Amino acid sequence: MWQQIRSNRTRSVFLVIVMGVLLALLGYFLGLYFVGSGAVGLFIALIIWVIMSLVGYFQGDSILLATSRAKKIAPDDHPRLYNVVEEMKIASGLEAMPDIYIMDDPALNAFATGRNPKKATVAVTSGLLQKLNRNELQGVVGHEIAHVKNRDVLLMAMCAVLLGTIVVLAWYASRFFIFGGMGRTRRSSSSGGSGGQIIILALAIILMILAPIFAQLIYFALSRRREYLADASSALYTRYPEGLASALEKLAASTDQLKSANKATAPMYIINPFRKQGMSAEDLTSTHPPISERIRILRAMSGASYEDYSAAYQQVRHTDKAFISAAEALATGSVALRAAQPEVPEKLEEVQRVRETTNALWNVHKYKTITCACGTKLRLPPSYKLPEVKCPHCGRINPV
Amino acid sequence: MMIAIWVIIGIVVILIIAFVAIYNGLVRLRNQVKNAWAQIDVQLKRRHDLIPNLIEMVKGYLKYERETLEAITKARTVAQQATSASPGERAKVEGELGTALNRLLAVAERYPDLKASQNFLSLQEELASTENKISFSRQFYNDSVLNYNNQTQMFPSNIIAGMTGFKPGEFFEVTVPEEKEVPKVSFTSQEKS
Repeated sequence: MWQQIRSNRTRSVFLVIVMGVLLALLGYFLGLYFVGSGAVGLFIALIIWVIMSLVGYFQGDSILLATSRAKKIAPDDHPRLYNVVEEMKIASGLEAMPDIYIMDDPALNAFATGRNPKKATVAVTSGLLQKLNRNELQGVVGHEIAHVKNRDVLLMAMCAVLLGTIVVLAWYASRFFIFGGMGRTRRSSSSGGSGGQIIILALAIILMILAPIFAQLIYFALSRRREYLADASSALYTRYPEGLASALEKLAASTDQLKSANKATAPMYIINPFRKQGMSAEDLTSTHPPISERIRILRAMSGASYEDYSAAYQQVRHTDKAFISAAEALATGSVALRAAQPEVPEKLEEVQRVRETTNALWNVHKYKTITCACGTKLRLPPSYKLPEVKCPHCGRINPV
Repeated sequence: MMIAIWVIIGIVVILIIAFVAIYNGLVRLRNQVKNAWAQIDVQLKRRHDLIPNLIEMVKGYLKYERETLEAITKARTVAQQATSASPGERAKVEGELGTALNRLLAVAERYPDLKASQNFLSLQEELASTENKISFSRQFYNDSVLNYNNQTQMFPSNIIAGMTGFKPGEFFEVTVPEEKEVPKVSFTSQEKS
């Protein structure tokens, strides 16, 4: 199992290296064209990359959590969610228990951050907690924890920085082209011969136009690939891909838009928060694979291993290209699916879940709950400082 | 002459590096197995600790189900005494405890007063979650053991495993068929299968 994660990482790292090479080429040829020295160009590219990396590193998780108005929960606030996260932590072999946050939003979505598996964060919306049953919640949480375990957050962050650097370089270079003009070429005389200059100019322009495009394509392809891998990992942890499949169905059917998502944070969520805004799911510029396809692959699995996911992937996408290589597939044996669990009527459970989630939100916002003798539950905000409160139902004075 | 000596030195260096890498890999896998076993231990102990609470809570309601309660208390005592036994032994004992627990929960389904009590509901969630955690930690342990065993038995690492004393691990298989399904907590009067 772990060999497969490592080799998928190798492939993804390879793609990141390709992006790095693109950046280096761009820097080199721009430097060669503008300043007559490829090394200077490389150096400038490196500086920009370092600055952007530092900015990205120190920004980190807190901004994402702050913008989504997420609140951290204690184990007692929402036992079911806490237990599900703990179960997935055990099943995945994650070293430390992640922090758990609830976003007060009726839309159904979830995300995970954490460059380091030891300091991870999982966040789910209150809408998700209310609408999904335990198996489905397990599938979603498993998917998020898989992102952390497979170091996807780190990978996509690095990839985003590389992409950003390439875009910045190309943009500034294009400004220089427009405003600097051909006059600059006469000053750089080291390469000698106008034929060589034209080739360098051509290469620089081509790279300037194509590098950002290729980098973007690589970024989105990588993002989609990691989503498939996280789906496969979730199926392996839970031994029950149907859980995640039916969760994705519910997520796809919901029409609420997540209020706080923006383009920068879209890849972090389990489904594309912008899917309704006319972005075709088949787009090469989509960060997530189409949901219907993800569901079909999960349902076509005959076992729970990566090999089974790969077989289902090939079957659904009508492709011979394997998701993982044959050598990796042979590394572990077959993994059986868990038996389906007996059906429970959804409506009754949903009422229970809504109650549970709203109670958790009250706790998280530090409201005090007092039960009056008439049976009414009084919820006092944390700013309530008086020693007594009058029940609006029966009029009794209750001590706080 | 000189080249031959350098080649031999080069080969020896490569062999040493390979040896160290394989040995370290085996150590890492063995530690993962140990770690996974410790995790199962934690969850099993947690189940042992939850059962007295459960019995206290249902005793008042289940006055006529004395044999079921006694069965579970006995199974728990046996399981607690077996904490230092081998994985295979413990699997058997814990499997029996799991069956007794399932039986008790099935019986509790028939008492609507008990099912409506909030304390019982939260305890049910804790129990269901503990069963899940035992199941997942067992899954992770068995996967770790499989990986470790593969390494100790497949060529070429089996040579090094034999030389340095790495023995294959034992699986933690629960043989009671009912245990294989995680007990589903249900709020209706459906009979658990």
